[in-house]
Amino acid sequence: MKTRIAASLLLGTALSLAATSFALAQDKIVKIGALSDQSGLYADLGGPGSTLAAQMAVEDSGLTAKGWKIDIISGDHQNKPDIGVNIARQWFDVDKVDIIVDVPNSGVALAVNNVVKEKNGVYINSGAATSDLTNAQCSPNTVHWTYDTYMLAHGTGQALVKSGGDTWFFLTADYAFGAALERDTTAVVTANGGKVLGGVKHPLNTADFSSFLLQAQASKAKVIGLANAGGDTTNSIKQAAEFGIVKGGQKLAALLLFITDVKAIGLETAQGLNFTETFYWDRNDESRAFAKRFSARMKNGAEPTMVHAGVYSGVIHYLKALEALGGNPHDGVKVVEKMKSIPTDDPLFGKGEIEPNGRKIHPAYLFEVKKPSESKGPWDFYKLVAEVPADQAFTPLSESKCALLKK
Amino acid sequence: MQALYAQLLVGLINGSFYALLSLGLAVIFGMLNIINFAHGALYMMGAFCAYFLLNVAGIGYWPALIVAPIVVGIFGMILERTMLKWLSGLDHLYGLLLTFGLALIIQGVFQNYFGSSGLPYAIPDQLKGGMNLGFMFLPIYRGWVVIFSLVVCLLTWYLIERTRLGAYLRAATENPTLVRAFGINVPRMITLTYGLGVGLAALAGVLSAPINQVRPLMGADLIIVVFAVVVIGGMGSIMGSIITGFALGVIEGLTKYFYPEASNTVVFVLMVLVLLVKPSGLTGRAT
Repeated sequence: MKTRIAASLLLGTALSLAATSFALAQDKIVKIGALSDQSGLYADLGGPGSTLAAQMAVEDSGLTAKGWKIDIISGDHQNKPDIGVNIARQWFDVDKVDIIVDVPNSGVALAVNNVVKEKNGVYINSGAATSDLTNAQCSPNTVHWTYDTYMLAHGTGQALVKSGGDTWFFLTADYAFGAALERDTTAVVTANGGKVLGGVKHPLNTADFSSFLLQAQASKAKVIGLANAGGDTTNSIKQAAEFGIVKGGQKLAALLLFITDVKAIGLETAQGLNFTETFYWDRNDESRAFAKRFSARMKNGAEPTMVHAGVYSGVIHYLKALEALGGNPHDGVKVVEKMKSIPTDDPLFGKGEIEPNGRKIHPAYLFEVKKPSESKGPWDFYKLVAEVPADQAFTPLSESKCALLKK
Repeated sequence: MQALYAQLLVGLINGSFYALLSLGLAVIFGMLNIINFAHGALYMMGAFCAYFLLNVAGIGYWPALIVAPIVVGIFGMILERTMLKWLSGLDHLYGLLLTFGLALIIQGVFQNYFGSSGLPYAIPDQLKGGMNLGFMFLPIYRGWVVIFSLVVCLLTWYLIERTRLGAYLRAATENPTLVRAFGINVPRMITLTYGLGVGLAALAGVLSAPINQVRPLMGADLIIVVFAVVVIGGMGSIMGSIITGFALGVIEGLTKYFYPEASNTVVFVLMVLVLLVKPSGLTGRAT
């Protein structure tokens, strides 16, 4: 009896080994999983738009005409790390997903980062902000595409301190993202001779900010740094206007602002805000052409955010790497290595590269929200103030704490 | 100390919304015995109704305060006539499931067309700006919200507890057959009551449109807190839900000042405590 059990165990092991080696064989089948907040406060900046962007990238890559079979599935992590991790596990184990894209919400993004590494998949994060993804928690399977807290802090934060905003008070979303953004911005503020007077941590997805705004007002800080995103930022800005904060002489620093947020606030209230992004649909002919195709396929006709653009550009580059490899090896580390070895070039972010720590670099832009009188269309919101070159926009490799760099 | 006054006032403002919404829930539960989970969705519809009135028909805030509750109230009455009516006499669970499903559908449809970040709705010109109270800068609009909702709450209480119509209503809940025997059309009265409860939710929606974003999930986020308010105050008690609404707004405001991280949970902690000590709620009668 015992020998029979042992024999069947052996047989099982042999079979599963065979199955694994079979799965590792190179083929032309790719499965992309777009994991995002599909219905909550980040759904407009990522969500269904990110799935669409991935779809468009697959179509534009032209690989399906060359005999590749590329499928896209989408999932809703509901801004909960445990749900995000469960979906990611199921995708790798059951659905045989090769790559996970988007994943806004830094808390979920960091949790999924571990799963992708464990399962040796590919992870192109566009939606999350935390710079930890390419620092302390960097992974050979991960590329952080669109933006991060370092970039936001150095873009918006630095510009504000230099124009005289040397005392700060933070309204911070109470989770990984807010903490990272506050940390990176504080570093910039103090490095430029400014001072942080205090801050308050608010729960994610808060509707009423009046209590927090009153505390910010009482602090008498020159700048109120909003280390939050999506619906939290729009609510903070609207209610700050209501409580006369900007009129009272304090400045708002929307450290992370997306075009969908500006749309939601309305130009009347949002005008004059300075913030940093890496993509604006109306920046050049290529971005306009993409935006036109994109918004035509969005149910609410929205223009793409930088997160959507990042998903598109990331998937294009991923497929380029697969094509260069001659097939899909289903080996995350190998594919990401290939992605790092070829320079990036796409219509939305221009030429760039992926650094060894997984950080994709490209220029960042400091924008200002237009006055209602300057806006010529329903989505004509930004004017360009300054461009930060790619090599200055993100964490210098010498400062990165990524273990991959110590070889 | 000054900061504390400010937080108390801010809490009162949020309390106004809790009071208006929990009042509607209490009215519906008291008269129809239905736990109306669609309340948040109907509140959201009130805000959207105001938005459409302004941007499609050019009708401003003041008329919207009357029109939106009526429109959404009629929608609610249609719901009652076509669906909720069939659930009378069944377990609470059926009504809860039906209204919860309705809420999901309504929110899903709005989200499909309007996304999740929502739409802006400006504060009416007459209520723009603010005044300096010495200890804080009070936006006039917020002051208006507190006063207006207090008046509406008290009127509703008066209507149900002190008028002849209210007496019929209360009698109809106690013994519908007997009230019918007096020649009163009970089903119609129940439909109108549901319409009233829904109208109150829509009114809160219009009031909140200029403060918060007009967005599909604005009600979903709020309704859970409001249910906690109703549980604390005692299901079905009109005055109880008004007082608890305002009181919890204040407590939440204080939490935001002393320990902001807990501001989302303090209401639920209180709910647990109240349920442990007095399961029927602070003003509820044990059944």
